[in-house]
Amino acid sequence: MVAANRSESSSFTDYFDFFNLPRQFQIDRSVLDRAYLTVQQEVHPDKFVNQDDQQKRRSLQMTTYANTAYQTLKQPLPRGLYLCQLAGLDPQLETNTAMPKAFLIQQMEWREELDDAKSDLSKLEALQQEVQAIQKEWLLQIEKAFDVALVPETALEKLRCALFLERFLEELDHRLSALI
Amino acid sequence: MALLQISEPGQSRNPHQRRIAIGIDLGTTNSLVASMKNALPEVLLSEGGQAFLPSVVRYLPSGKTQAGYEALAQAVIDPKNTIISVKRFMGRSLADIENQKSLPYDFIDTPGMLQLQTVAGIKSPVEVSAEILARLRQLAEDTFNDDIEGAVITVPAYFDDAQRQATKDAAELAGIQVLRLLNEPTAAALAYGLDHAAEGIYAIYDLGGGTFDVSILRLSKGVFEVLATGGNSALGGDDFDHALLEMVLQESNLTQLTAEDQRALILKCRHAKENLSIHPGVLLEHTFNNKGAIQVSISQEKFFQLTQDLVQKTIQAVKKALRDAKVSLDEIKGVVMVGGATRMPHVQYAVETLFGRAPLNDLNPDEVVALGAARQADLLVGNKNKNDEWLLLDVIPLSLGVEMMGGLVEKIIPRNTPIPVALAQDFTTFKDGQTAMAVHVLQGERELAEDCRSLARFELKDIPPMVAGAARIRVTYQVDADGLLSVSAAEEKSGVSASIHVKPSYGLADGDIARMLTEGFASAAEDMQLRALREEQVEAQRLMDAVDSALQIDKHLLNDAELTLIEKGLGSLRQLKDQENIDLLRAGIEALSQATEEFAAKRMNANIRRALTGKNLSEI
Repeated sequence: MVAANRSESSSFTDYFDFFNLPRQFQIDRSVLDRAYLTVQQEVHPDKFVNQDDQQKRRSLQMTTYANTAYQTLKQPLPRGLYLCQLAGLDPQLETNTAMPKAFLIQQMEWREELDDAKSDLSKLEALQQEVQAIQKEWLLQIEKAFDVALVPETALEKLRCALFLERFLEELDHRLSALI
Repeated sequence: MALLQISEPGQSRNPHQRRIAIGIDLGTTNSLVASMKNALPEVLLSEGGQAFLPSVVRYLPSGKTQAGYEALAQAVIDPKNTIISVKRFMGRSLADIENQKSLPYDFIDTPGMLQLQTVAGIKSPVEVSAEILARLRQLAEDTFNDDIEGAVITVPAYFDDAQRQATKDAAELAGIQVLRLLNEPTAAALAYGLDHAAEGIYAIYDLGGGTFDVSILRLSKGVFEVLATGGNSALGGDDFDHALLEMVLQESNLTQLTAEDQRALILKCRHAKENLSIHPGVLLEHTFNNKGAIQVSISQEKFFQLTQDLVQKTIQAVKKALRDAKVSLDEIKGVVMVGGATRMPHVQYAVETLFGRAPLNDLNPDEVVALGAARQADLLVGNKNKNDEWLLLDVIPLSLGVEMMGGLVEKIIPRNTPIPVALAQDFTTFKDGQTAMAVHVLQGERELAEDCRSLARFELKDIPPMVAGAARIRVTYQVDADGLLSVSAAEEKSGVSASIHVKPSYGLADGDIARMLTEGFASAAEDMQLRALREEQVEAQRLMDAVDSALQIDKHLLNDAELTLIEKGLGSLRQLKDQENIDLLRAGIEALSQATEEFAAKRMNANIRRALTGKNLSEI
């Protein structure tokens, strides 16, 4: 999934600039939410029903851009990938699967736990909490790499692991929601 | 198609004149139209004083139609030609329809959307719905003794693209300018929120005649933000009727029924269901057309048991929507009940049990959707002041994806993404020298293409031959503010592209609508050419007004050359407007439109800057 619109941002450098936020991994979610709503008040198609076609088209483009930007920035992993993209890094998500050995072993253990838990709600929930805690750790490390050490290459390596965990969490969530 | 606003040549409409806009709730069982009167939304009443138009259309051999109560009265004696609950057929193929054998129609299994054989010929669900919409439009025009500028038409939030497109087509066919398709629970939230100055997170539980929706919204000052939506577009009050019918047939050992008896019985079951909400038991009696009679007594308890699984399905959907919204039960400030079927006590009870609080029933569940739509329509035609406005931020209910090798679905836009939105996915070729690629557009949550709804197929052709994996094909999905999808595909290296409005495979092709319009609703005496010219003149005036007012505010954003170009365009369009040459007029509109393209972009960017930083662009 990639942002579809590229030309519409003409006078904005990137999504961060668009929302008047500093270009960094750590964001103040409430500031982002407010900025998003403020922008929507200016650009939403409902405000342009009576305008000429140019204005309508532009409104559709800008609202689309605002939604894409908001969706990208509000979630940590897409935000991290976007920062890599801005730093000129190719995340190579499909091809580069190199990950620390310890991480992979932990993954395998969790997978086994997931299989063993089958439909046991409390076991699944315990596993979910454990993985979520680890994921939080990864996010802190990613934040440090981006915002303190200023080494996006390191951040990207950690992002790959976090994305891996995210997929695992999604699967877990899927299993859990089927039980509810 | 724009409705005509005829004014004297050279005279523009009075800017203070109120524009008439309506909200339409096109329901499975009943339809309503509402509009603003004295700053409050009101349901418009028919001559007979009725707020509802039963969503029933009867076709007569002459080709004439009856609708509403008039049609409903004939439903039993003429079941094949009297279409009830047509909303359940919108954008659906025959295979999608459950309860087929308890429906009396002669279905035709046409690809995309089913059709109905009637005494007046083959009718599509779109045409049937258009009959209902045309009656509502007429009612509004009669009420105001004026033309209607446009309408907001509500659809179930869980409607997919095919169902939405079919609804929009029906409105167009009925001669209605659609300002916006609005999700029913969102319309209800709007009406409720504005009436009660509500703030916080609310759940809207909307069980209608044929559809179930649940939406989780955050209401804050002036913003109605949908966090997640869920539901079932084939679950509603009708299914409770059918459950009763099944029971009655079983208890009476009945198998084969005539279409007339079937229709009569289903209407009696509906009546029994309504009575069971207020009485502990009912006696259902029916005398058959040919011979015999039945009596079945039904207790409230029995009815609740019989339909508990239907209620449970809605509760499951609510839980799923809460998960999607990442909202816990105790964060919900209130549950607003919408739709006549929420009057059933076991529905109320199930909702109360889940949320641990009594649901909010202080709005009329039958009217609240139309009232919200009327408010939104009024806003959209510009009858509000700037400080009196609100914003609706809605989401797409079902994921949109594309079929991959092996029949798997790759999601491009996940469900509950705010709209409008555009997202893309890059693909490459599979074989050396491959020159074409098929794009199969799908909607739904399942992993396999065959389990999702197929919305469209198209082919990107003339890709220059390259080795496998060298081409870079970007498929872009754009969903507009009505929740409607268009798809384009382009090979990035060669620039070869193809696109499709996801329309022809469901809904109707544009040509079909034009044909039906000329056949049906457009008055024969009207000179189409004159009509077209007047429409262009209105458009020209609208454009000039918009450009004039934009220049007044933001002229400083333009350099001299840009300003000169726009002023030249304005001047020549002003001259062309009162001449009767439609081609020149169109060219003039196009020229001015193009001249203002960059201006439009600059203005919007400047407004964003201004709003976020409190500074003008020139100060940055």
